[in-house]
Amino acid sequence: MNNLSVDHWVRIKDGKIIVDGEVVFASEADIASFLKAAFKFLNIKYPKFHKMDRLSKLGFIASEIVMKEEAEISEDTALVFSNNSSSLASDQNYQESIKNFPSPSLFVYTLPNIVLGEISIRFGLKSENVFFIEDEFNAKLLIDYSAQLIESAKANKVLCAWLNLHNVEYDVFLWLSSESHKKEITEEQIRKIYDADYD
Amino acid sequence: MPIMTDLHTELKASIIEQLNLEDMEVSDIENDEPLFGDGLGLDSIDALELIVLLEKDYGIKLTDPKKGREIFESINKMADFIEANRTK
Repeated sequence: MNNLSVDHWVRIKDGKIIVDGEVVFASEADIASFLKAAFKFLNIKYPKFHKMDRLSKLGFIASEIVMKEEAEISEDTALVFSNNSSSLASDQNYQESIKNFPSPSLFVYTLPNIVLGEISIRFGLKSENVFFIEDEFNAKLLIDYSAQLIESAKANKVLCAWLNLHNVEYDVFLWLSSESHKKEITEEQIRKIYDADYD
Repeated sequence: MPIMTDLHTELKASIIEQLNLEDMEVSDIENDEPLFGDGLGLDSIDALELIVLLEKDYGIKLTDPKKGREIFESINKMADFIEANRTK
C-alpha cells in the first residue's frame, strides 16, 4: 500500500516526447539536434540550458514539461531519479579533454546527480534528492522511496525518473507523484506506461 | 569610434564557441561590455574555461586566479592582456 497518485508523466525516447499518453513532439534528428529542437519547443528563455551536458538537458526538458502543468511549484518537491549509465557520456567526454586541456565545464557534469541540481535551481526546489544507479528500470524502488518521503513529511510531491543516456540512446520516463488518499500507484501501472509503444 | 581588431573578433568567436553561448553572434558582444554579472552573465565555471582558453590559444598561464577578475572584465581588457603577454 502507498499513498501516491501520478499527477502527470512524460516519456522521451526514439525522437518522441509523450505527455500523459499523447505524443506532443517528434523529431527524427540526431540527439544533439533533437535536444535543441525539444528545448525550442518548450518556448522558454534559459541560456544555461545550452551549457548543460546531454543527461541534464534530457532531465531539464522532461521536468520542465511536467512542472509546466503545476499551478504552483512547491519547494518541497523531492527528486528521486535513477538510471544505469550514470554520467558515462560526460565522463568519457571529460576523459577525452584531459588529453589536451581538461575542461572545467565538462568536469562539473561528471556525476549523474548534477541534473538534480540543475532541476532544483530551475524550479527553486529545496527538498530531498537522490540518484540511484540500477541495472534496469525499477518501478518498485522509485515508488517505495517516494512513498517513504511523503509519509515521513520530507516532501509533499516527488518527481520520479528513469533518466538514462547511453552513447546517443536516451530513455526517459519522468512522473510527478503527490499524496492521495483515494488512489494508489502500483508497480504494474508504472511499468505499463514505461513499456508501452507510443505512435 | 571603437577599436575593433582581429583579436577582438577572434576572442568573441572563441568565447561563444567555448562557453556554448547559443543564439549569440560576435556582433552581439560589445568590446567594453562586462563579461560577468549584468553583461554576458558568465559564471565561475566560465571563468575557469576562459583561463584554459588563454593557455590553449595564446600560451598564457595565469598563475594568480585573482588576476582573472581584472583581465576578464571585458573583451577590451582581455585583448590588451593577451597582446602584452601572448607567447603564441
